[in-house]
Amino acid sequence: MTSYFNEMYHDQAVRPPYARLQNWVQSMPAELRQMKQAEAEALFRRIGITFAVYGEGGDPDRLIPFDMFPRVFSGAEWSRLERGIKQRARALNAFLVDVYGRGEIVRAGRIPGRLVYQNEAYEKAVVGIVPPKGVYSHIVGIDLVRTGPDDFFVLEDNCRTPSGVSYMLENREIMMRMFPDIFRENRIEPVEQYPAALRRTLASVAPQKCDREPTVVILTPGHFNSAYYEHSFLADLMGVELVEGQDLFVEGEFVFMRTTEGPKRVDVIYRRIDDAFIDPLCFRPDSMLGIPGLMDVYRSGGVAICSAPGAGVADDKAVYTYVPEMIRFYLGEEPLLQNVPTWQCGKADDLKYVLEHLAELVVKEVHGSGGYGMLVGPKSTKDQVENFRARILADPGNYIAQPTLALSTTPTFVEEGVAPRHVDLRPYCLVGERIELVPGGLTRVALTEGSLVVNSSQGGGVKDTWVLAE
Amino acid sequence: MRLIVDHVTHYRYDLPVRAVVQSHRLTPSLFDGQRVIRWKISVSDGQMGGGFRDGAGDWVQGWTVLGPVSGIKVHVEGEVETTDLTGMLRGHRETVPPLTYLHHTLPTRADMALAKLGEGLEDTTDSLGVAHELSRRVADAIHYRPGVTHNNTTAAEALALGEGVCQDHAHALIAVARHVGIPARYVSGYLHTDGDGTMQEAAHAWAELHVDGFGWVGFDPANRCCPDDRYIRLGSGLDAQDAAPIRGSARGLGEESLDVTVSVQTQQ
Repeated sequence: MTSYFNEMYHDQAVRPPYARLQNWVQSMPAELRQMKQAEAEALFRRIGITFAVYGEGGDPDRLIPFDMFPRVFSGAEWSRLERGIKQRARALNAFLVDVYGRGEIVRAGRIPGRLVYQNEAYEKAVVGIVPPKGVYSHIVGIDLVRTGPDDFFVLEDNCRTPSGVSYMLENREIMMRMFPDIFRENRIEPVEQYPAALRRTLASVAPQKCDREPTVVILTPGHFNSAYYEHSFLADLMGVELVEGQDLFVEGEFVFMRTTEGPKRVDVIYRRIDDAFIDPLCFRPDSMLGIPGLMDVYRSGGVAICSAPGAGVADDKAVYTYVPEMIRFYLGEEPLLQNVPTWQCGKADDLKYVLEHLAELVVKEVHGSGGYGMLVGPKSTKDQVENFRARILADPGNYIAQPTLALSTTPTFVEEGVAPRHVDLRPYCLVGERIELVPGGLTRVALTEGSLVVNSSQGGGVKDTWVLAE
Repeated sequence: MRLIVDHVTHYRYDLPVRAVVQSHRLTPSLFDGQRVIRWKISVSDGQMGGGFRDGAGDWVQGWTVLGPVSGIKVHVEGEVETTDLTGMLRGHRETVPPLTYLHHTLPTRADMALAKLGEGLEDTTDSLGVAHELSRRVADAIHYRPGVTHNNTTAAEALALGEGVCQDHAHALIAVARHVGIPARYVSGYLHTDGDGTMQEAAHAWAELHVDGFGWVGFDPANRCCPDDRYIRLGSGLDAQDAAPIRGSARGLGEESLDVTVSVQTQQ
């Protein structure tokens, strides 16, 4: 039987960051809890924050369940995490600048060239282009799990457009509204400065040809996108326009947005559209979402695109294995956050091991996301395991495998009261002229007892994440 | 050889269009085999956009036309001094790693028949010889015949038909080469034809293969040769679309019709 680290109760004692929550939860009568839970749901409904849950059928506008029991880090725990996260975000960006430039890390034999240059996410179109301030990934979402008091592992990096930050902000807002008292009793670091920090970050990477206060916009694929709520929420809080491809156009050397007062030049585009769709003249010609000519303007220094096209090659699951190597190579430092040991099915020895231990491992597609196309060995039936074996054998290079991690648990409100449920953490590191990390992030919780899959698309929930002031 | 180019692409619309945006790869490459004496590109009612040299060494130039217009004329005129380098792309500055050109794209995906076309050369150590052999096999397998294939024909389809034009030859050679692990790319340019009846269109395309010890080498299966001083190289890409001399879009309901004339003459 695997034992799991409980972040609140450890060695028959309440761990210090949770000390004040002990009273709070014990003194909360069941009726009050139910009332508050209903209130929270009503608030989320009213705000309109929903998330389409693909592949599950039912209501596409269903809420992601919100759990009122906060997840807490001490100031000391956080400052360790913070250093590790920033280190990783720096290395990932250095890697991107390098592989679209001289490729020193490949020349030095520290990562195989085929893994980088034959990668689907490697964009030939931006080779030799250095984005403003040398930043490719402006918002790095790093998914972390914890297995012990001092043991954190990086599950994956998200260098393109990690979603979910609106939950970090909303969860806090709703908790403060419902339980003002606990915010007086605990000294909790704020997260509400995130939109201002994001805007500052985006403005700091304005392109060369921008000689004035930069105009920033958010580019969304539209309201059919499952994260549309977040796009409009962030645009609102940052005080910038939310635009779709058809609202922007290229004229001469610049990109403009249509406004009621006529065309207005745009300097920085925070895009929530994949590379393949942003410009039909450079990428997929059938894309209706993008802006024709955008890439020529970008590559000639007329506009900044965040994240920069091509950033995806750094968060590929096969490239992930080499992030500790990147940290040593570019920063000359030892990694502060550990990678999860990973087997690459594309390697013969690794494949052999994986096939022999399939029932114990988690297997993922190299380019998969959202918890789709993955196998959790210990939680799967024999048939599921065998089906997956066939899929791996058909295309081994497309899969990686990791041990099933003993994810930590935190107390979570359930039907019967309070019970431990597994959690992960996604902090959002901002990279522009400076690197900033808001103290907090999105804690996702697997609400089903025993489940280790926290993805919202697989029915996971969310929690407010606290960092206590020292 | 001195080559004089006059290339007109005329887009006509039955209803006026606005907000025309184009991306051009219409400037001769910089390498030891060609030297530009004069070169001029004009776009009717056009405003020049951003221009830059990309990682593959091509000059890419954006253009926009505000409109409304019912036609657009792109006119390329110039003169280039060429030297026969027997297909070698010597002195070309580029930073895209050759491995990148092992990417498959839809038109260059190798099916069983294309894969078979590349068989039997595994033991050959002469990589330049392999490249020549592949080019010969493609030329033998696909006969030149205009009008049977179209812009979106894939290499596999052209091989199945056994007929096609330079675009199909180039796609097929690229598909086979990549399948056997040789980085390959599509090249667009011009060709001077001296009227002996064997030569193809003046707006031409061929393939380049990255050969160990030689770097990028051009192969033109359509003409069973390597590019020489009759060729002008403009740019490259993973396939015809990626290497297209002009990519463009327009807003409006007008149906587009296209008229292209190219002449490549020698300076007497």
